[in-house]
Amino acid sequence: MIEGLAAIYIFMLAGFTGYEIISKVPVILHTPLMSGSNFVHGIVLVGAMVALGIAETTAEQVIGFIAVLLGAGNAVGGYVVTERMLEMFKPSDKKKEGEGS
Amino acid sequence: METLIQAAYLIAAALFILGLKQMSSPVTARRGILWAGAGMVLATLVTFMSPQILDSDQVSTNIALIMIAIALGGGYAWYSGKKVAMTDMPQMIAMYNGMGGGAAAAIAAVELIKASNEAAHDVTGNTTIVDILGADVTILCILGAIIGTISFSGSIIAWAKLDGRLNRSKLLPKQHIINALLAIVTLGFAVAIYFTNSIETIIIFYLLALVLGVFITVPVGGADMPVIISLFNALTGLAVGFEGYVLGNAAMIIAGIVVGSAGSLLTQLMAKAMNRSVANVFFAGVGTNVVATSSDGNEGVMKEIQAMDAGILMSFASQVVIIPGYGMAVAQAQHKIWELTQILTEKGVSVKFAIHPVAGRMPGHMNVLLAEAGVPYDMIYDMEDINADFKNTTVALVIGANDVVNPSAKTDSSSPLFGMPILDAIEADNVIVIKRGRGTGFSGVENPLFFADNTKMLFGDGQKAASELIQAVKEL
Repeated sequence: MIEGLAAIYIFMLAGFTGYEIISKVPVILHTPLMSGSNFVHGIVLVGAMVALGIAETTAEQVIGFIAVLLGAGNAVGGYVVTERMLEMFKPSDKKKEGEGS
Repeated sequence: METLIQAAYLIAAALFILGLKQMSSPVTARRGILWAGAGMVLATLVTFMSPQILDSDQVSTNIALIMIAIALGGGYAWYSGKKVAMTDMPQMIAMYNGMGGGAAAAIAAVELIKASNEAAHDVTGNTTIVDILGADVTILCILGAIIGTISFSGSIIAWAKLDGRLNRSKLLPKQHIINALLAIVTLGFAVAIYFTNSIETIIIFYLLALVLGVFITVPVGGADMPVIISLFNALTGLAVGFEGYVLGNAAMIIAGIVVGSAGSLLTQLMAKAMNRSVANVFFAGVGTNVVATSSDGNEGVMKEIQAMDAGILMSFASQVVIIPGYGMAVAQAQHKIWELTQILTEKGVSVKFAIHPVAGRMPGHMNVLLAEAGVPYDMIYDMEDINADFKNTTVALVIGANDVVNPSAKTDSSSPLFGMPILDAIEADNVIVIKRGRGTGFSGVENPLFFADNTKMLFGDGQKAASELIQAVKEL
Protein backbone atom coordinates (compact mmCIF):
# COMPACT_ATOMS: atom_id res chain seq x y z
CA MET A 1 0.00 0.00 0.00
CA ILE A 2 1.17 3.52 -0.72
CA GLU A 3 0.89 5.87 2.19
CA GLY A 4 1.92 9.23 3.60
CA LEU A 5 5.13 10.76 2.34
CA ALA A 6 5.69 8.11 -0.31
CA ALA A 7 2.34 9.02 -1.84
CA ILE A 8 3.20 12.71 -1.79
CA TYR A 9 6.45 11.93 -3.61
CA ILE A 10 4.57 9.99 -6.25
CA PHE A 11 2.03 12.80 -6.67
CA MET A 12 4.76 15.40 -7.00
CA LEU A 13 7.00 13.48 -9.40
CA ALA A 14 4.07 12.45 -11.57
CA GLY A 15 2.99 16.08 -11.68
CA PHE A 16 6.40 17.21 -12.90
CA THR A 17 6.51 14.41 -15.43
CA GLY A 18 3.22 15.44 -16.98
CA TYR A 19 4.35 19.03 -17.18
CA GLU A 20 7.65 18.03 -18.81
CA ILE A 21 5.98 15.85 -21.43
CA ILE A 22 3.61 18.53 -22.65
CA SER A 23 5.88 21.54 -22.52
CA LYS A 24 7.64 20.70 -25.78
CA VAL A 25 4.67 19.67 -27.88
CA PRO A 26 4.08 21.33 -31.26
CA VAL A 27 0.58 22.72 -31.74
CA ILE A 28 -0.13 20.28 -34.56
CA LEU A 29 -0.25 17.48 -32.00
CA HIS A 30 -2.44 19.16 -29.39
CA THR A 31 -5.63 17.38 -30.35
CA PRO A 32 -4.10 13.91 -30.68
CA LEU A 33 -2.19 14.44 -27.46
CA MET A 34 -5.28 15.51 -25.57
CA SER A 35 -6.93 12.42 -26.93
CA GLY A 36 -3.89 10.36 -25.91
CA SER A 37 -3.91 11.67 -22.37
CA ASN A 38 -7.65 11.04 -22.34
CA PHE A 39 -6.84 7.42 -23.16
CA VAL A 40 -4.20 7.20 -20.43
CA HIS A 41 -6.65 8.11 -17.67
CA GLY A 42 -8.67 5.18 -18.97
CA ILE A 43 -6.52 3.29 -16.42
CA VAL A 44 -9.50 4.10 -14.20
CA LEU A 45 -10.83 0.84 -15.65
CA VAL A 46 -8.43 -1.05 -13.39
CA GLY A 47 -9.80 0.70 -10.32
CA ALA A 48 -13.35 0.14 -11.51
CA MET A 49 -12.64 -3.58 -11.82
CA VAL A 50 -11.41 -3.66 -8.24
CA ALA A 51 -14.44 -1.65 -7.07
CA LEU A 52 -16.81 -4.13 -8.71
CA GLY A 53 -14.64 -7.01 -7.54
CA ILE A 54 -15.01 -6.07 -3.88
CA ALA A 55 -18.73 -5.24 -4.16
CA GLU A 56 -20.93 -7.21 -1.76
CA THR A 57 -24.42 -5.76 -1.89
CA THR A 58 -26.53 -5.40 -5.02
CA ALA A 59 -26.27 -1.60 -4.88
CA GLU A 60 -22.49 -1.82 -4.82
CA GLN A 61 -22.54 -4.26 -7.70
CA VAL A 62 -24.76 -1.97 -9.78
CA ILE A 63 -22.52 1.05 -9.19
CA GLY A 64 -19.40 -1.03 -9.71
CA PHE A 65 -20.86 -2.34 -12.97
CA ILE A 66 -21.46 1.23 -14.14
CA ALA A 67 -17.89 2.10 -13.16
CA VAL A 68 -16.43 -0.71 -15.26
CA LEU A 69 -18.78 0.07 -18.14
CA LEU A 70 -17.70 3.72 -18.19
CA GLY A 71 -14.03 2.94 -17.55
CA ALA A 72 -13.93 0.46 -20.42
CA GLY A 73 -15.59 3.07 -22.65
CA ASN A 74 -12.93 5.61 -21.69
CA ALA A 75 -10.03 3.25 -22.32
CA VAL A 76 -11.23 1.63 -25.55
CA GLY A 77 -12.75 4.77 -27.07
CA GLY A 78 -9.72 6.85 -26.18
CA TYR A 79 -7.44 4.32 -27.81
CA VAL A 80 -9.46 3.96 -31.00
CA VAL A 81 -9.79 7.67 -31.76
CA THR A 82 -6.18 8.48 -30.86
CA GLU A 83 -4.90 5.66 -33.02
CA ARG A 84 -7.10 6.77 -35.92
CA MET A 85 -5.80 10.32 -35.71
CA LEU A 86 -2.13 9.44 -35.39
CA GLU A 87 -2.33 6.88 -38.16
CA MET A 88 -2.94 9.73 -40.58
CA PHE A 89 0.18 11.72 -39.76
CA LYS A 90 2.64 10.97 -42.52
CA PRO A 91 5.76 12.79 -43.72
CA SER A 92 6.16 13.76 -47.40
CA ASP A 93 8.44 10.92 -48.41
CA LYS A 94 5.67 8.44 -47.75
CA LYS A 95 2.97 10.35 -49.53
CA LYS A 96 2.93 8.08 -52.55
CA GLU A 97 1.71 5.26 -50.31
CA GLY A 98 -0.82 7.51 -48.66
CA GLU A 99 -2.46 8.56 -51.90
CA GLY A 100 -4.15 5.27 -52.51
CA SER A 101 -6.48 5.55 -49.57
CA MET B 1 1.18 -12.57 -6.54
CA GLU B 2 0.74 -9.12 -5.06
CA THR B 3 4.34 -8.22 -5.97
CA LEU B 4 3.86 -9.45 -9.49
CA ILE B 5 0.73 -7.35 -9.92
CA GLN B 6 2.43 -4.27 -8.52
CA ALA B 7 5.37 -4.83 -10.89
CA ALA B 8 2.98 -5.10 -13.82
CA TYR B 9 1.29 -1.84 -12.78
CA LEU B 10 4.66 -0.15 -12.61
CA ILE B 11 5.53 -1.33 -16.12
CA ALA B 12 2.15 -0.10 -17.32
CA ALA B 13 2.74 3.33 -15.76
CA ALA B 14 6.17 3.52 -17.42
CA LEU B 15 4.64 2.58 -20.78
CA PHE B 16 2.04 5.34 -20.39
CA ILE B 17 4.68 7.97 -19.72
CA LEU B 18 6.95 6.80 -22.54
CA GLY B 19 3.94 6.55 -24.82
CA LEU B 20 2.84 10.11 -24.08
CA LYS B 21 6.41 11.26 -24.55
CA GLN B 22 6.53 9.71 -28.02
CA MET B 23 3.14 11.18 -28.86
CA SER B 24 4.69 14.61 -28.52
CA SER B 25 6.56 14.26 -31.82
CA PRO B 26 4.82 13.48 -35.12
CA VAL B 27 7.56 11.05 -36.12
CA THR B 28 7.08 8.71 -33.16
CA ALA B 29 3.47 9.50 -32.26
CA ARG B 30 2.04 6.36 -33.78
CA ARG B 31 4.34 4.15 -31.76
CA GLY B 32 3.45 6.12 -28.64
CA ILE B 33 -0.21 5.15 -28.64
CA LEU B 34 0.72 1.51 -29.28
CA TRP B 35 2.99 1.50 -26.22
CA ALA B 36 0.36 3.12 -24.05
CA GLY B 37 -2.18 0.63 -25.37
CA ALA B 38 0.09 -2.28 -24.43
CA GLY B 39 0.37 -0.81 -20.93
CA MET B 40 -3.40 -0.68 -20.64
CA VAL B 41 -3.88 -4.30 -21.74
CA LEU B 42 -1.20 -5.46 -19.30
CA ALA B 43 -2.73 -3.54 -16.38
CA THR B 44 -6.23 -4.80 -17.17
CA LEU B 45 -5.18 -8.44 -17.45
CA VAL B 46 -3.22 -8.60 -14.19
CA THR B 47 -6.10 -6.95 -12.34
CA PHE B 48 -8.14 -10.11 -12.89
CA MET B 49 -5.62 -11.86 -10.64
CA SER B 50 -5.84 -9.22 -7.93
CA PRO B 51 -6.36 -10.78 -4.46
CA GLN B 52 -8.83 -7.99 -3.65
CA ILE B 53 -11.11 -9.42 -6.34
CA LEU B 54 -10.34 -13.11 -5.81
CA ASP B 55 -10.90 -12.97 -2.04
CA SER B 56 -14.40 -11.55 -2.40
CA ASP B 57 -17.36 -13.69 -1.31
CA GLN B 58 -18.98 -13.23 -4.68
CA VAL B 59 -15.91 -13.76 -6.79
CA SER B 60 -17.55 -15.64 -9.66
CA THR B 61 -20.53 -13.28 -9.99
CA ASN B 62 -18.32 -10.23 -9.82
CA ILE B 63 -15.81 -11.47 -12.36
CA ALA B 64 -18.65 -12.34 -14.72
CA LEU B 65 -20.09 -8.85 -14.22
CA ILE B 66 -16.66 -7.29 -14.89
CA MET B 67 -16.34 -9.17 -18.16
CA ILE B 68 -19.86 -8.25 -19.29
CA ALA B 69 -19.29 -4.58 -18.43
CA ILE B 70 -15.97 -4.49 -20.30
CA ALA B 71 -17.53 -6.16 -23.31
CA LEU B 72 -20.49 -3.76 -23.38
CA GLY B 73 -18.62 -0.53 -22.60
CA GLY B 74 -15.59 -1.41 -24.69
CA GLY B 75 -17.68 -2.72 -27.57
CA TYR B 76 -19.79 0.40 -27.73
CA ALA B 77 -16.72 2.67 -27.55
CA TRP B 78 -14.90 0.65 -30.20
CA TYR B 79 -17.83 0.89 -32.57
CA SER B 80 -18.48 4.61 -32.02
CA GLY B 81 -14.77 5.46 -32.12
CA LYS B 82 -14.28 3.71 -35.47
CA LYS B 83 -17.35 5.33 -36.95
CA VAL B 84 -16.98 8.96 -35.87
CA ALA B 85 -16.04 11.50 -38.55
CA MET B 86 -12.79 13.41 -38.08
CA THR B 87 -14.68 16.71 -37.88
CA ASP B 88 -16.62 15.34 -34.88
CA MET B 89 -13.49 14.27 -33.01
CA PRO B 90 -13.62 16.97 -30.27
CA GLN B 91 -17.03 15.96 -28.98
CA MET B 92 -16.10 12.28 -29.09
CA ILE B 93 -13.05 12.98 -26.91
CA ALA B 94 -15.34 14.90 -24.55
CA MET B 95 -17.66 11.91 -24.32
CA TYR B 96 -14.93 9.34 -23.57
CA ASN B 97 -13.43 11.75 -21.07
CA GLY B 98 -16.78 12.11 -19.33
CA MET B 99 -16.99 8.33 -19.06
CA GLY B 100 -13.62 8.28 -17.29
CA GLY B 101 -14.78 10.93 -14.84
CA GLY B 102 -17.97 8.98 -14.21
CA ALA B 103 -15.99 5.81 -13.58
CA ALA B 104 -13.78 7.57 -11.02
CA ALA B 105 -16.86 8.99 -9.29
CA ALA B 106 -18.51 5.55 -9.26
CA ILE B 107 -15.41 3.99 -7.68
CA ALA B 108 -15.62 6.61 -4.95
CA ALA B 109 -19.32 5.83 -4.51
CA VAL B 110 -18.64 2.13 -3.96
CA GLU B 111 -15.96 2.94 -1.39
CA LEU B 112 -18.17 5.46 0.43
CA ILE B 113 -21.22 3.18 0.48
CA LYS B 114 -19.13 0.29 1.77
CA ALA B 115 -17.68 2.46 4.53
CA SER B 116 -21.10 3.87 5.34
CA ASN B 117 -22.59 0.37 5.70
CA GLU B 118 -19.73 -0.76 7.82
CA ALA B 119 -19.98 2.32 10.05
CA ALA B 120 -23.76 1.96 10.43
CA HIS B 121 -23.43 -1.67 11.51
CA ASP B 122 -20.79 -0.90 14.05
CA VAL B 123 -22.23 -1.65 17.50
CA THR B 124 -20.52 1.19 19.29
CA GLY B 125 -22.91 3.64 17.64
CA ASN B 126 -21.19 6.85 16.61
CA THR B 127 -18.84 5.40 14.02
CA THR B 128 -18.40 7.66 10.94
CA ILE B 129 -16.99 7.11 7.49
CA VAL B 130 -13.69 8.72 8.40
CA ASP B 131 -13.28 6.23 11.27
CA ILE B 132 -13.48 3.40 8.78
CA LEU B 133 -11.37 4.80 5.94
CA GLY B 134 -9.01 7.21 7.69
CA ALA B 135 -8.70 10.93 7.07
CA ASP B 136 -6.40 10.86 4.04
CA VAL B 137 -8.39 8.25 2.14
CA THR B 138 -11.74 9.87 2.95
CA ILE B 139 -10.65 13.32 1.83
CA LEU B 140 -9.13 12.16 -1.46
CA CYS B 141 -12.05 9.80 -2.06
CA ILE B 142 -14.59 12.64 -1.70
CA LEU B 143 -12.46 15.09 -3.71
CA GLY B 144 -12.15 12.54 -6.50
CA ALA B 145 -15.91 12.01 -6.33
CA ILE B 146 -16.68 15.73 -6.72
CA ILE B 147 -14.18 16.27 -9.53
CA GLY B 148 -15.10 13.10 -11.37
CA THR B 149 -18.83 13.81 -11.19
CA ILE B 150 -18.44 17.39 -12.44
CA SER B 151 -16.23 16.15 -15.25
CA PHE B 152 -18.84 13.50 -16.08
CA SER B 153 -21.92 15.70 -16.36
CA GLY B 154 -19.95 18.65 -17.73
CA SER B 155 -18.38 16.58 -20.50
CA ILE B 156 -21.77 15.24 -21.51
CA ILE B 157 -23.06 18.80 -21.86
CA ALA B 158 -19.93 19.72 -23.84
CA TRP B 159 -20.52 16.74 -26.11
CA ALA B 160 -24.18 17.66 -26.61
CA LYS B 161 -23.30 21.25 -27.44
CA LEU B 162 -20.58 20.45 -29.95
CA ASP B 163 -22.75 17.78 -31.48
CA GLY B 164 -25.47 20.37 -32.05
CA ARG B 165 -27.92 18.67 -29.71
CA LEU B 166 -28.03 21.61 -27.37
CA ASN B 167 -28.31 25.23 -28.32
CA ARG B 168 -25.54 27.64 -27.61
CA SER B 169 -25.15 29.40 -24.28
CA LYS B 170 -28.22 29.59 -22.12
CA LEU B 171 -27.75 31.76 -19.08
CA LEU B 172 -29.96 31.66 -16.06
CA PRO B 173 -30.36 35.04 -14.39
CA LYS B 174 -27.45 35.50 -11.98
CA GLN B 175 -25.91 32.26 -13.21
CA HIS B 176 -22.57 32.88 -11.50
CA ILE B 177 -24.15 33.44 -8.11
CA ILE B 178 -26.26 30.31 -8.49
CA ASN B 179 -23.15 28.35 -9.46
CA ALA B 180 -21.21 29.69 -6.50
CA LEU B 181 -24.04 28.85 -4.08
CA LEU B 182 -24.43 25.41 -5.56
CA ALA B 183 -20.70 24.80 -5.22
CA ILE B 184 -20.80 25.85 -1.58
CA VAL B 185 -23.77 23.60 -0.78
CA THR B 186 -22.09 20.69 -2.56
CA LEU B 187 -18.93 21.22 -0.54
CA GLY B 188 -21.10 21.38 2.58
CA PHE B 189 -22.48 17.93 1.82
CA ALA B 190 -18.94 16.72 1.10
CA VAL B 191 -17.91 17.77 4.61
CA ALA B 192 -21.07 16.15 5.99
CA ILE B 193 -20.11 12.82 4.42
CA TYR B 194 -16.80 13.01 6.19
CA PHE B 195 -18.40 13.35 9.62
CA THR B 196 -21.40 11.02 9.30
CA ASN B 197 -22.29 7.60 8.02
CA SER B 198 -25.55 8.46 6.30
CA ILE B 199 -26.21 7.03 2.88
CA GLU B 200 -28.71 9.81 2.08
CA THR B 201 -25.98 12.43 2.42
CA ILE B 202 -23.90 10.57 -0.14
CA ILE B 203 -26.78 10.40 -2.61
CA ILE B 204 -27.66 14.11 -2.28
CA PHE B 205 -23.98 14.97 -2.61
CA TYR B 206 -23.71 13.14 -5.92
CA LEU B 207 -26.90 14.70 -7.29
CA LEU B 208 -25.65 18.18 -6.40
CA ALA B 209 -22.27 17.56 -8.03
CA LEU B 210 -23.99 16.32 -11.19
CA VAL B 211 -26.09 19.49 -11.41
CA LEU B 212 -23.01 21.61 -10.71
CA GLY B 213 -21.19 20.10 -13.68
CA VAL B 214 -24.16 20.90 -15.91
CA PHE B 215 -24.47 24.47 -14.63
CA ILE B 216 -20.77 25.17 -15.09
CA THR B 217 -20.78 24.01 -18.70
CA VAL B 218 -24.09 25.28 -20.07
CA PRO B 219 -23.11 28.99 -20.19
CA VAL B 220 -19.81 28.35 -21.97
CA GLY B 221 -19.79 29.51 -25.60
CA GLY B 222 -19.08 27.19 -28.50
CA ALA B 223 -15.71 28.73 -29.31
CA ASP B 224 -14.47 28.12 -25.78
CA MET B 225 -15.52 24.48 -25.67
CA PRO B 226 -12.05 23.08 -26.45
CA VAL B 227 -10.66 24.81 -23.37
CA ILE B 228 -13.42 23.32 -21.22
CA ILE B 229 -12.96 19.85 -22.68
CA SER B 230 -9.24 20.04 -22.05
CA LEU B 231 -9.90 21.21 -18.50
CA PHE B 232 -12.31 18.34 -17.85
CA ASN B 233 -9.68 16.02 -19.25
CA ALA B 234 -7.19 17.28 -16.69
CA LEU B 235 -9.82 17.05 -13.93
CA THR B 236 -10.65 13.46 -14.78
CA GLY B 237 -6.94 12.69 -14.56
CA LEU B 238 -6.86 14.17 -11.07
CA ALA B 239 -9.94 12.27 -9.99
CA VAL B 240 -8.40 9.04 -11.26
CA GLY B 241 -5.18 9.81 -9.38
CA PHE B 242 -7.09 10.44 -6.13
CA GLU B 243 -9.15 7.26 -6.44
CA GLY B 244 -5.88 5.47 -7.18
CA TYR B 245 -4.69 6.52 -3.73
CA VAL B 246 -7.95 5.28 -2.20
CA LEU B 247 -7.46 1.87 -3.80
CA GLY B 248 -3.69 1.84 -3.21
CA ASN B 249 -3.08 1.47 -6.95
CA ALA B 250 0.20 3.01 -8.11
CA ALA B 251 -0.60 2.81 -11.82
CA MET B 252 -3.76 4.86 -11.33
CA ILE B 253 -1.98 7.45 -9.21
CA ILE B 254 0.86 7.94 -11.65
CA ALA B 255 -1.20 7.90 -14.84
CA GLY B 256 -3.92 10.06 -13.31
CA ILE B 257 -1.61 12.74 -11.96
CA VAL B 258 0.51 12.81 -15.11
CA VAL B 259 -2.64 13.47 -17.13
CA GLY B 260 -3.83 15.96 -14.53
CA SER B 261 -0.74 18.12 -14.80
CA ALA B 262 -0.21 17.64 -18.53
CA GLY B 263 -3.86 18.47 -19.11
CA SER B 264 -3.69 21.60 -17.00
CA LEU B 265 -0.74 22.86 -19.02
CA LEU B 266 -2.45 21.95 -22.28
CA THR B 267 -5.54 23.86 -21.14
CA GLN B 268 -3.43 26.95 -20.48
CA LEU B 269 -1.71 26.65 -23.85
CA MET B 270 -5.06 26.43 -25.60
CA ALA B 271 -6.54 29.34 -23.70
CA LYS B 272 -3.46 31.40 -24.51
CA ALA B 273 -3.68 30.53 -28.19
CA MET B 274 -7.27 31.77 -28.15
CA ASN B 275 -6.34 34.94 -26.32
CA ARG B 276 -8.41 34.09 -23.25
CA SER B 277 -7.66 33.25 -19.69
CA VAL B 278 -9.12 30.07 -18.24
CA ALA B 279 -11.05 32.14 -15.69
CA ASN B 280 -12.43 34.25 -18.52
CA VAL B 281 -13.85 31.18 -20.21
CA PHE B 282 -15.79 30.29 -17.08
CA PHE B 283 -17.01 33.63 -15.90
CA ALA B 284 -17.79 35.72 -18.95
CA GLY B 285 -20.98 34.66 -20.74
CA VAL B 286 -18.55 34.62 -23.63
CA GLY B 287 -19.10 35.67 -27.19
CA THR B 288 -22.47 37.24 -26.53
CA ASN B 289 -21.39 40.76 -25.58
CA VAL B 290 -18.92 41.14 -28.41
CA VAL B 291 -20.96 41.57 -31.54
CA ALA B 292 -21.97 45.20 -31.69
CA THR B 293 -18.57 46.83 -32.17
CA SER B 294 -16.94 48.62 -35.11
CA SER B 295 -18.77 47.51 -38.20
CA ASP B 296 -18.62 50.84 -39.95
CA GLY B 297 -14.86 51.35 -39.86
CA ASN B 298 -14.32 49.54 -43.11
CA GLU B 299 -15.10 51.69 -46.06
CA GLY B 300 -14.20 50.23 -49.38
CA VAL B 301 -15.39 47.42 -51.57
CA MET B 302 -14.63 43.77 -51.88
CA LYS B 303 -13.04 42.96 -55.20
CA GLU B 304 -14.26 39.77 -56.77
CA ILE B 305 -12.11 37.35 -58.74
CA GLN B 306 -13.11 34.43 -60.96
CA ALA B 307 -11.66 30.97 -60.45
CA MET B 308 -9.89 31.10 -63.82
CA ASP B 309 -7.95 34.25 -62.94
CA ALA B 310 -7.18 32.95 -59.49
CA GLY B 311 -5.87 29.75 -61.05
CA ILE B 312 -3.55 31.69 -63.35
CA LEU B 313 -2.28 33.77 -60.46
CA MET B 314 -1.45 30.65 -58.46
CA SER B 315 0.09 28.69 -61.33
CA PHE B 316 2.70 31.35 -61.94
CA ALA B 317 3.35 32.07 -58.28
CA SER B 318 6.67 31.25 -56.69
CA GLN B 319 5.04 30.46 -53.36
CA VAL B 320 1.46 29.81 -52.34
CA VAL B 321 0.44 29.65 -48.69
CA ILE B 322 -2.91 28.04 -47.97
CA ILE B 323 -4.72 29.14 -44.82
CA PRO B 324 -7.52 26.70 -44.04
CA GLY B 325 -10.24 27.28 -41.46
CA TYR B 326 -13.03 25.21 -40.04
CA GLY B 327 -15.24 26.38 -42.92
CA MET B 328 -13.07 24.30 -45.25
CA ALA B 329 -13.70 21.19 -43.19
CA VAL B 330 -17.43 21.86 -43.05
CA ALA B 331 -17.47 22.13 -46.84
CA GLN B 332 -15.39 18.91 -46.99
CA ALA B 333 -12.99 20.75 -49.30
CA GLN B 334 -9.73 19.44 -47.81
CA HIS B 335 -9.36 16.63 -50.37
CA LYS B 336 -9.82 19.07 -53.25
CA ILE B 337 -7.35 21.46 -51.68
CA TRP B 338 -4.80 18.68 -51.41
CA GLU B 339 -5.37 17.79 -55.07
CA LEU B 340 -4.84 21.44 -55.98
CA THR B 341 -1.66 21.46 -53.90
CA GLN B 342 -0.28 18.45 -55.74
CA ILE B 343 -0.94 19.99 -59.16
CA LEU B 344 0.68 23.26 -58.12
CA THR B 345 3.69 21.42 -56.70
CA GLU B 346 4.15 19.59 -60.00
CA LYS B 347 4.20 22.97 -61.72
CA GLY B 348 7.09 23.96 -59.47
CA VAL B 349 5.16 26.21 -57.12
CA SER B 350 6.19 25.99 -53.48
CA VAL B 351 3.03 25.31 -51.47
CA LYS B 352 2.77 25.58 -47.71
CA PHE B 353 -0.10 25.28 -45.27
CA ALA B 354 -0.35 27.83 -42.47
CA ILE B 355 -2.30 26.78 -39.42
CA HIS B 356 -3.46 29.15 -36.76
CA PRO B 357 -3.37 27.61 -33.25
CA VAL B 358 -7.15 27.74 -33.00
CA ALA B 359 -8.00 26.69 -36.55
CA GLY B 360 -10.62 23.99 -36.39
CA ARG B 361 -12.49 23.41 -33.21
CA MET B 362 -9.52 22.63 -31.06
CA PRO B 363 -5.81 23.39 -31.32
CA GLY B 364 -4.37 20.82 -33.68
CA HIS B 365 -7.75 19.76 -35.02
CA MET B 366 -7.04 21.29 -38.45
CA ASN B 367 -3.83 19.29 -38.69
CA VAL B 368 -5.83 16.14 -38.15
CA LEU B 369 -8.30 17.12 -40.85
CA LEU B 370 -5.51 17.90 -43.32
CA ALA B 371 -3.72 14.69 -42.41
CA GLU B 372 -6.93 12.81 -43.16
CA ALA B 373 -6.91 14.29 -46.65
CA GLY B 374 -3.31 13.10 -47.10
CA VAL B 375 -1.36 16.32 -46.57
CA PRO B 376 2.05 15.39 -45.13
CA TYR B 377 2.79 17.10 -41.83
CA ASP B 378 6.04 18.68 -43.03
CA MET B 379 4.10 20.91 -45.43
CA ILE B 380 2.14 22.30 -42.50
CA TYR B 381 3.52 25.29 -40.64
CA ASP B 382 2.63 26.81 -37.29
CA MET B 383 1.86 30.49 -37.00
CA GLU B 384 5.26 31.46 -35.59
CA ASP B 385 7.11 29.63 -38.35
CA ILE B 386 5.15 30.97 -41.29
CA ASN B 387 4.39 34.58 -40.39
CA ALA B 388 7.78 35.94 -41.45
CA ASP B 389 7.41 34.05 -44.72
CA PHE B 390 4.28 35.86 -45.95
CA LYS B 391 6.48 38.65 -47.33
CA ASN B 392 7.95 36.16 -49.81
CA THR B 393 4.57 34.76 -50.72
CA THR B 394 2.92 35.43 -54.07
CA VAL B 395 -0.54 34.19 -53.14
CA ALA B 396 -2.09 33.58 -49.73
CA LEU B 397 -5.17 31.44 -50.25
CA VAL B 398 -7.63 31.79 -47.38
CA ILE B 399 -10.34 29.15 -47.33
CA GLY B 400 -12.99 28.99 -44.64
CA ALA B 401 -10.93 31.08 -42.23
CA ASN B 402 -11.80 34.60 -41.12
CA ASP B 403 -11.02 35.82 -37.63
CA VAL B 404 -7.55 34.25 -37.59
CA VAL B 405 -6.44 36.48 -40.49
CA ASN B 406 -8.22 39.63 -39.30
CA PRO B 407 -5.61 42.41 -39.17
CA SER B 408 -7.73 44.50 -36.81
CA ALA B 409 -6.50 42.14 -34.08
CA LYS B 410 -3.22 44.04 -34.47
CA THR B 411 -4.27 47.50 -35.47
CA ASP B 412 -7.63 48.32 -33.90
CA SER B 413 -7.62 48.45 -30.12
CA SER B 414 -11.41 48.74 -30.03
CA SER B 415 -11.83 45.41 -31.83
CA PRO B 416 -12.92 42.49 -29.69
CA LEU B 417 -10.22 40.45 -31.39
CA PHE B 418 -7.52 42.95 -30.40
CA GLY B 419 -4.48 41.19 -28.99
CA MET B 420 -5.18 37.82 -30.54
CA PRO B 421 -2.17 36.60 -32.53
CA ILE B 422 -3.07 36.27 -36.22
CA LEU B 423 -1.63 34.93 -39.45
CA ASP B 424 -0.24 37.88 -41.43
CA ALA B 425 -1.87 36.91 -44.71
CA ILE B 426 -2.19 40.59 -45.58
CA GLU B 427 1.59 40.75 -46.03
CA ALA B 428 1.44 38.50 -49.09
CA ASP B 429 1.54 40.04 -52.59
CA ASN B 430 -1.94 38.73 -53.32
CA VAL B 431 -4.60 37.38 -51.03
CA ILE B 432 -7.40 35.21 -52.40
CA VAL B 433 -10.27 34.55 -50.02
CA ILE B 434 -12.67 31.73 -50.75
CA LYS B 435 -15.86 32.56 -48.91
CA ARG B 436 -19.47 31.54 -49.10
CA GLY B 437 -20.92 35.02 -48.65
CA ARG B 438 -20.14 38.48 -47.44
CA GLY B 439 -20.91 37.88 -43.75
CA THR B 440 -18.68 38.21 -40.74
CA GLY B 441 -16.80 35.46 -38.93
CA PHE B 442 -17.53 33.42 -35.84
CA SER B 443 -16.99 36.41 -33.60
CA GLY B 444 -19.22 38.66 -35.70
CA VAL B 445 -16.38 41.11 -36.35
CA GLU B 446 -15.80 42.76 -39.73
CA ASN B 447 -12.55 41.77 -41.42
CA PRO B 448 -10.61 44.65 -43.06
CA LEU B 449 -8.48 42.08 -44.89
CA PHE B 450 -11.40 41.48 -47.25
CA PHE B 451 -11.34 45.12 -48.26
CA ALA B 452 -7.56 45.42 -48.62
CA ASP B 453 -6.04 46.46 -51.96
CA ASN B 454 -4.22 43.20 -52.49
CA THR B 455 -7.23 41.01 -51.61
CA LYS B 456 -9.57 39.36 -54.10
CA MET B 457 -12.69 37.48 -53.09
CA LEU B 458 -13.65 34.18 -54.70
CA PHE B 459 -17.26 33.70 -53.62
CA GLY B 460 -18.76 30.26 -53.46
CA ASP B 461 -18.96 27.01 -51.57
CA GLY B 462 -15.50 25.81 -50.50
CA GLN B 463 -15.61 22.50 -52.29
CA LYS B 464 -17.00 23.94 -55.52
CA ALA B 465 -14.51 26.82 -55.55
CA ALA B 466 -11.64 24.38 -54.99
CA SER B 467 -12.85 22.19 -57.88
CA GLU B 468 -12.98 25.22 -60.13
CA LEU B 469 -9.46 26.18 -59.11
CA ILE B 470 -8.21 22.69 -59.91
CA GLN B 471 -9.90 22.90 -63.29
CA ALA B 472 -8.35 26.30 -63.97
CA VAL B 473 -4.86 25.24 -62.94
CA LYS B 474 -5.05 21.99 -64.92
CA GLU B 475 -5.98 23.74 -68.13
CA LEU B 476 -2.90 25.93 -68.17
